[in-house]
Amino acid sequence: MSGIVSYGAYVPKYRIDRKLIYKSMGWLNPATFMPGEKAVANYDEDSVTMAVAAGIDCLSGIERAGVDAVFFATATSPYTERQSAEIIATALDCRADIRTADFTDTLKAGTTAVLSAVDAVKAGSLKKAIVCAADMRIGKAGSAQEEIFGDGAAALLIGEEDVVAEFTGSFSVSYDFVDHWKSTGDRFDQQWEDRFIRDEGYTRFIVEAMKGLEKGCGIKSSELSRVVYPCLYAGDFKKIARVLELSEIQVVAPLLGQVGYTGTADPLMHLVRALEEAKPGDRIAVVGYGTGADALLFEVKDEIEKIRADRRGIGKHLTTRRDLDSYEKMAAFRNLLPTEKGIRGENVAFTALSTLWRNRKEVLGLYGSRCKKCGTPQYPIQRVCVKPDCGAIDEMEPYRFSDRKGTLFTYTGDNLAFSPNPPAIYGIVDFEGGGRFWFDLTDVDLEEVKVDMPVEMSFRKKYWDEKSGIHGYFWKAVPVV
Amino acid sequence: MAEGIKDKVAIIGMGCTRFGERWDAGAEDLIVEAFKEAIEDAGIEKKEIQAAWFGSCFDEVNVGKAATPLSLTLKLPFLPVTRVENFCATGSEALRGAVYAVASGAYDICLALGSEKLKDTGYGGLPDFSKVLGTRNRLIFPNITAPGGFAMMATRYFAKYGLGPDEGKEVLAMVSAKSHKNGARNPKAHLRKEVSVEKILKAPMIAWPLGLFDCCGVSDGAAAAIVCRADLAKNFRPDPVYVKSMQIALSSGEELMYTDWDGTYVKTAVKCGARAYDEAGIKNPREEISMMEVHDCFSITELVTYEDLGISPRGKAGNDVRDGFFNLDGKIPCQPDGGLKCFGHPIGASGLRMMYEMYKQFQGKAGDRQIKDPKIGLTHNMGGFPAMNLISVNIVGL
Repeated sequence: MSGIVSYGAYVPKYRIDRKLIYKSMGWLNPATFMPGEKAVANYDEDSVTMAVAAGIDCLSGIERAGVDAVFFATATSPYTERQSAEIIATALDCRADIRTADFTDTLKAGTTAVLSAVDAVKAGSLKKAIVCAADMRIGKAGSAQEEIFGDGAAALLIGEEDVVAEFTGSFSVSYDFVDHWKSTGDRFDQQWEDRFIRDEGYTRFIVEAMKGLEKGCGIKSSELSRVVYPCLYAGDFKKIARVLELSEIQVVAPLLGQVGYTGTADPLMHLVRALEEAKPGDRIAVVGYGTGADALLFEVKDEIEKIRADRRGIGKHLTTRRDLDSYEKMAAFRNLLPTEKGIRGENVAFTALSTLWRNRKEVLGLYGSRCKKCGTPQYPIQRVCVKPDCGAIDEMEPYRFSDRKGTLFTYTGDNLAFSPNPPAIYGIVDFEGGGRFWFDLTDVDLEEVKVDMPVEMSFRKKYWDEKSGIHGYFWKAVPVV
Repeated sequence: MAEGIKDKVAIIGMGCTRFGERWDAGAEDLIVEAFKEAIEDAGIEKKEIQAAWFGSCFDEVNVGKAATPLSLTLKLPFLPVTRVENFCATGSEALRGAVYAVASGAYDICLALGSEKLKDTGYGGLPDFSKVLGTRNRLIFPNITAPGGFAMMATRYFAKYGLGPDEGKEVLAMVSAKSHKNGARNPKAHLRKEVSVEKILKAPMIAWPLGLFDCCGVSDGAAAAIVCRADLAKNFRPDPVYVKSMQIALSSGEELMYTDWDGTYVKTAVKCGARAYDEAGIKNPREEISMMEVHDCFSITELVTYEDLGISPRGKAGNDVRDGFFNLDGKIPCQPDGGLKCFGHPIGASGLRMMYEMYKQFQGKAGDRQIKDPKIGLTHNMGGFPAMNLISVNIVGL
């Protein structure tokens, strides 16, 4: 049996009320108004960091050394050359002898990556493959995209043991349907008119894929417990349900009013949502829509009950939110609004990529050392033990800090340091089980920070060197959810 | 048992520029200004100097690397010149090099000169640390600045001793107000204005809980010392100042990476102070020390230093501050020249500037800041952050 072994998700904590966006930019295009709020990645998040967060959620309680492949789906890769899946694999502490791939350039890349993982597992090439999908798409100020696009990620572990949802079939259609496009170097999508997208693509391909799936699997729509497909237009979302003869209960309600449309991650995030609520025996269909569509069918197994408690999934993330109370702040985070950085902020320090390579486990994987003689964990990687009465030389074993919780030993909020969201908050973290180091803090306001508060580690973008085109990734401390 | 440095070397001449935002002067001008005063004060000629130590920290925005900026600027005639750098204790390191060289018997007369041109960066504060702490640390250190690094000690100090932000900040404000009072009397100081505790408390926040007046000046300046064999010192002047101890202690990493340091003091300062007292033969520092210049880069640093050096009991330095113990007319005047807070902090010069004040005080040349009849002076110079640093403690006397 092959299928989903585990699931995880991530929704950035910041949410913006769409009324704020409309209040700032609605004058330009009064027809853009949408209700609800949407998730906005913090200034130090991107598709890669969100994918890592979803991956960590997905791999909770699962041996990471057992992962044989990392597939990443996104339409917003930070790099066009430097594979994101490899950054994610290093951050997730996967082995080096694995397969990695980025699936990109279409919004159905998330479901396509799942199909590739399923095929590889079925073929026996891989035992376990994790698929992370994440997107952080930006729309121009005042555009409908700016209202609809939300940021988020999902991860599915595909394998053949301990399956929680068996893969039972799929049907795909692929067309060079140019509803929207983004050329190399473009920051923003361009799109053809909505009526064309709606009538010729959205309402046709999803139906076509679903009909093909039903036919191929010999299943009627009434036999489906839940069906996931994206909501691009509210009216037509309902129309698709009517055409497919799906009741309101069968259709997984879109997270448009809480998260927004999250691109490649959207079908997988909604699938995670469905799995959170699923009972053994449920049959769940998920459609990834892009240039064509993928429809996948899963059957939920008894094992689903075993993994549910340890996962944050969509449910817990929806309740962990903070208001982003300014449109301008969102615009500045996405670099839609050039902000004053000062000379200190403009001259970004040089990145030695050979240093990064040598220390990749320490930097991207947050590995330190543990002394085999005295048992003291220490970060970063040391050769001489830091414990004053030990000092053993070259008696170290690797020790992963990324999944260790800790307490905040001390902190400050620094207005002198350059930060895109001042003050720069950082402090010293004492890890459970030993080890201490200083880290930036994020997703928190200075007023909430307290000595001894519980923190956990989150993979973030530490800096962006625009001149060299380098995204510097590292770990920051965040309050424990 | 090593003999130590006590009474082997004397300071026979010193010079110090006016500190401040010296838009008029480059590092070379500052070097000449300090040097000229030092040799005139010692009454020697350049050719009598046998070796030199040059201290400069942020060479990237300053004079560049190596010791050639000193030899070229002063046209030192093919002398042995060494450049030293040890964070903010660079000036003390230059002096230590010169003193040890004389003590070794290798030379009779040496020059120590520290200079820093900080105000060529285009922004306030010290140069960005992500560029100067190594390529590995660049990838993993937080977005740290000097005020933030020290603010974390204040946060911890307040938490441990149960001080609310208002109460804690008030003690710190009193530390700074005292230094402003002294600095106002010093014609060479960068910041020459008295500031009230109320004004200090209302100042903009730099790094919580440290406000603007909790931070020292970022300044340009240079300072120099001429040192010679103790037995020759009186040939040059009747009132040389003798080195009683020179100690330095560096972090072992345990503060930042091991978990037994409580973050309310500076571990190296405790070790360094104890070693210096031992070398100088001081048994009871609170009674024996006449005056101090400590590394008050931030008000919290000065507060915990009182405790680290064994002057005030742990957690009680605030009481001494409130009692005026460290005021100019107190039992141990601290920062009589205004300290880093007001004299300013050109990194490479600061350690030598502290010594300059001790030297002038011993010679009765400190003007209206003059301390009556000092016997023992202490300088405490710190580099780095509380969690990762080095401390220099020097003791001098008659």
